[in-house]
Amino acid sequence: MAVETPETREDKKTLPLLKTEELLLNLGPQHPSTHGVLKVILTLEGEKVVKSEPVLGFLHRGVEKIAETITYNQFIPHTDRLDYVCAMYNNFAYVRAVEKFLNITIPERAEYLRTIVAEVQRIIGHLFWLGTQALDIGAMTVFFYTFREREALLDLFVELCGARLTTSWYRVGGVERDFTPKFIEGLYQFIETFHTKIEEYDTLLINNRIWLARTKDIAIISGEDAVNYGLSGSVLRGSGVDYDLRKVSPYGAYDKVEWTVPLGKKGDTYDRYWIRMEEMRESTKIIKQCLDQLPEEGGYKAYLPKVVAPDKERVFTDMESMIYQFKLYSDGFKVPEGDIYCGTEAHKGELGFYIVSQGGGKPYRLKIRAPSFIHMGAFDFMSKGYMIADVITIFGTYDIVMGECDR
Amino acid sequence: MKRIKPFRVPRGMENGQNHALAKKIQLDTSESYRGATLFRGDLSVHIKREGLLQVCRLLKIDPTLDFDYPVHITSVDYPNDPERFEVVYEFFSIKKKHRIRLKTRVPEDDCTIESVTSIWAGANFLEREVYDMMGIRFEGHPELKRILLPDDYDEGYPLRKNFPIQGRGWRDRFDFPV
Repeated sequence: MAVETPETREDKKTLPLLKTEELLLNLGPQHPSTHGVLKVILTLEGEKVVKSEPVLGFLHRGVEKIAETITYNQFIPHTDRLDYVCAMYNNFAYVRAVEKFLNITIPERAEYLRTIVAEVQRIIGHLFWLGTQALDIGAMTVFFYTFREREALLDLFVELCGARLTTSWYRVGGVERDFTPKFIEGLYQFIETFHTKIEEYDTLLINNRIWLARTKDIAIISGEDAVNYGLSGSVLRGSGVDYDLRKVSPYGAYDKVEWTVPLGKKGDTYDRYWIRMEEMRESTKIIKQCLDQLPEEGGYKAYLPKVVAPDKERVFTDMESMIYQFKLYSDGFKVPEGDIYCGTEAHKGELGFYIVSQGGGKPYRLKIRAPSFIHMGAFDFMSKGYMIADVITIFGTYDIVMGECDR
Repeated sequence: MKRIKPFRVPRGMENGQNHALAKKIQLDTSESYRGATLFRGDLSVHIKREGLLQVCRLLKIDPTLDFDYPVHITSVDYPNDPERFEVVYEFFSIKKKHRIRLKTRVPEDDCTIESVTSIWAGANFLEREVYDMMGIRFEGHPELKRILLPDDYDEGYPLRKNFPIQGRGWRDRFDFPV
């Protein structure tokens, strides 16, 4: 059977007597399923998309400009607001970039803590994606099921750092505070039952004829094209390209645990859905192994007084710690001259930070490589030749969040 | 009139001249090559603006380099330098698992550079963002217009260093209580 591609789908057989013309349609910016404020100008031929032009920037806040005026530590809460459904991974990506710049290593326990929380965040992100994608397609029930588990995990985040969404838990040189016994216990309980929950989602979707019809053979992109467009994360792996930064350049504790990278075959929306389901299972494995191996020693942050803030108890009793604290929060730490790029595999794709420093406590230039923005660059290519109803599914399949896309 | 100083590779970084990728680029496109720096394991190759497309084609087509994945394109403003803007390209090779950063300089009075959209399709949006934020024009780009800011925005290019953080135009006249 020939594979349907945008080229072969092009319907050449128009009736000779019927007068046809292209229709221009504005989709958005206020549309419930555009995941934020996104406008797309569609050129339609009947119900088929001929050309689509995304109009971005409705959520542009100038984060890159703001970064040039504040210290490195002050920028951590700004990264929360990039991809506001997965704040932990943004913190992680940023903190890792600064650490690469400073050339510091952090204690092993801190690496494990970071990896565990990052994977919990990945599960939250995928659950959020699954719920909203199913909602866009018309299966409302899935949304309630996935948000039930998401709530349980967000409650664990509240236990960990006091916030649900804008967490700011990561710090340069470690994390903000250690796990509590209650958090570890809650996470173990969640992990034990989570695979049954994934099976529950499968029962809702895997034999659902509407779900299959709306996802199979929709928005096919070959591996070569996906690489050429710079796509990353589940979208790239759905096309069968083995590119996962957790394997390519391991960080955290990813090289100390056993897990596999699921790869798709065809590169359609269904493959990307399947990848995300498998990734949730892999994340569960990673969390389980990390919790079992969690080292007791090492502490949750490095002892680097010029970079990492001292403990609060010491600040009140120890003169030297107070001086360090004061210098750290007034001037920030000094970063050498140079530039680095550091990419991290967030659940949406490769989230990278390119930082240029000319010495001193503030970045000279900070560029965010946002996966959502780069995925939108391939939107015209991927939506060509499909129905207008599929346009909504194609947004969803990227898992875009406009806060990250527009920055 | 400003005297144009010759370009110098920044000092204070570990030398990248001996890196295999830098050597390869120097050998094949010697007239465009300016130098290479290595910092924290990241290789940056500095090239001349005129030779950008030639080097990029080499990076994409040569089987030993094989840079098929465009990671990001960005720009940095150095207002005091004779060649004011630095355009930075970062590429990765999925098969060979190596990465490279290309850096090229653009002067302020002739703020143009050739587009690489014909080589990497993903460069389209990235170059539009650079144009939007820094005002560097990409020649041969299929649709060069603003992307994050509105089309009728005429207050300049916000990521240039002489652009105030609070914005320009009507935002200048706010009276902030101090």
